[in-house]
Amino acid sequence: MSAGRVVGESPSKIGAFFLYLILIVGALISVFPVYWMFVISTQTREAAFRIPPEIIPSDQFLINFNNALKQIMFFESMLNSLVIAVLQTVTVLLFCGLAGFAFAKYEFPLRRFLFFFVLATLFVPQQLSLIPNYILMSKLGWINSFKAIVVPGMVNAFGIFWMRQYIMSAVSTELIEAGRIDGCSHFRIFWNIVVPIITPALATLGIFTFMNSWNDFMWPLVILKSQDKFTIQITLQQLFNIREGYDYGKIMSATFVATLPLIVVFFMFSRWFISGLTSGAVKS
Amino acid sequence: MNHSLPAKPIRRWWTERKRTALTAYLFISPFFILFAIFGLFPIAFTFYLSFFRWNALSPMRFVGWENYMFIFEDKTFWTSVLNTFLMGAMGTVPQLIVALLLAVTLNSAVIRFRRFFRTLYFMPTVTSIVAVTLVFSAIFGNNGMANGLLTELGFDPVPWNSGWWGIKIAIATMIMWRWTGYNTIILLAGLQSIPPELYEAAKIDGAGKGALLFKITLPLLQPFILFVILMSTIGSLQLFTEPFVFTGREGTGGARVEAITMVIYLYREAFYNTFFGTAAATAVFLFFLTILISVMNVWIANKLNSDGGAWR
Repeated sequence: MSAGRVVGESPSKIGAFFLYLILIVGALISVFPVYWMFVISTQTREAAFRIPPEIIPSDQFLINFNNALKQIMFFESMLNSLVIAVLQTVTVLLFCGLAGFAFAKYEFPLRRFLFFFVLATLFVPQQLSLIPNYILMSKLGWINSFKAIVVPGMVNAFGIFWMRQYIMSAVSTELIEAGRIDGCSHFRIFWNIVVPIITPALATLGIFTFMNSWNDFMWPLVILKSQDKFTIQITLQQLFNIREGYDYGKIMSATFVATLPLIVVFFMFSRWFISGLTSGAVKS
Repeated sequence: MNHSLPAKPIRRWWTERKRTALTAYLFISPFFILFAIFGLFPIAFTFYLSFFRWNALSPMRFVGWENYMFIFEDKTFWTSVLNTFLMGAMGTVPQLIVALLLAVTLNSAVIRFRRFFRTLYFMPTVTSIVAVTLVFSAIFGNNGMANGLLTELGFDPVPWNSGWWGIKIAIATMIMWRWTGYNTIILLAGLQSIPPELYEAAKIDGAGKGALLFKITLPLLQPFILFVILMSTIGSLQLFTEPFVFTGREGTGGARVEAITMVIYLYREAFYNTFFGTAAATAVFLFFLTILISVMNVWIANKLNSDGGAWR
């Protein structure tokens, strides 16, 4: 980290002041919309349009949130999102971990070609397969079912790439051979030797997968048809769509409660988030 | 070890080596199976479908290039292409400039609390696009904060959710808010990967600040800048959720025409008009456009590099 702290001479106090000013303004802009979401969720319905803007929380949160609960199946949607995200995260970790392990530590014919193929799929836009996948799901009878969302996302190219890079650098080949001499099966070696070493990489991938799944919008919108199956993102959009003059107190109370878990998780694990993000960029 | 054992015929070909290879194939098979079903087949089928007329109920009818002719003659299609490019450019160009500025500032020698700032800058990326769009729809409401500010500064209020430019500015702002921090952190990682010795050596040789920036920082940062530009470009070609939620009205199959993007056009053709053929043609067009623009990005970067262009 200290490696980078050399650009420029140490500037004057005024220079430092301006640098901090830029950073603080940037930080305020980053935080304000989320904070304001919270403020509006605690205010009466017309408060979103007061000038100057409200920036102090009030006491209307429970009333607003209750109004939202009357209109949408909030907790059902949260649970749906949670179920989908957890299933997807668990399978991604298992399948990407195994595939990354194979690409990192096994010798087999066509290894380089197959790995290159995995990487190439990263550049295919998702929308290209939207319509056939929809048709496929309707043939399978998976419309309005979580299977249609979870199954195609059980493993992904980025995850395989990420796990391979980590396993190559973190797991020594001798350790695996020692396990093999002791008579461990291939899966036992993965489970008992490799997994404990690669926990940080699994954590990063897990957080990312969970976040993407939780925030996904287009595919669930296409697949899920009934309110009781909606994910939270679809439900929030429905709340906004109903035209009775927007009650932003109500909208923001639901949106804030739906956003909060992710932000809490992010602040708890922000180091893993950010290290995962940057090394992903550095290596590609 | 096996020498002492009586050699069963099966042992001759079933070697440990083959067993290992088979295990490896087993471990990587979920990806390839799922990709074949939900990736490869759909892509091939999209190309195939783009030459047929089909509404999912009646039988498919081969129509040659008609779907392509149809979308190329549809004014809304070209509006969606124009909108995608305009909103993409308005959302990403200022974003990348700000991200570079923030990254350089964060990397400056005097700055403390670097990790704290990084965390705050990254927070918008965690927020879902739907949530972002809902908050900004209040800010960009007709009597909202944005118009309040304009009035305060002596300008006329702007109809953010119906005007041609108003909508685009509002959506570009949402894109910019959500992604600037992400790009800042990637560029910061790039800056921190530059060895400090380079700067020291250059300073001993009497290089000024401008020379350090143009001869060391920018050339070495180039792969990171390319990565960020590439990801932003691909992302903006796929723009869907912000305009869909911001201007979408239930029952109309997507956004107002001022905000319709290529992906919204595709979505509307497929799921409201049930013209699967024209939707597939749109997807194919988007696919080639993505490849074309990605290749152009890389080509321009290489050109700058080898010609000793601006950054050398």
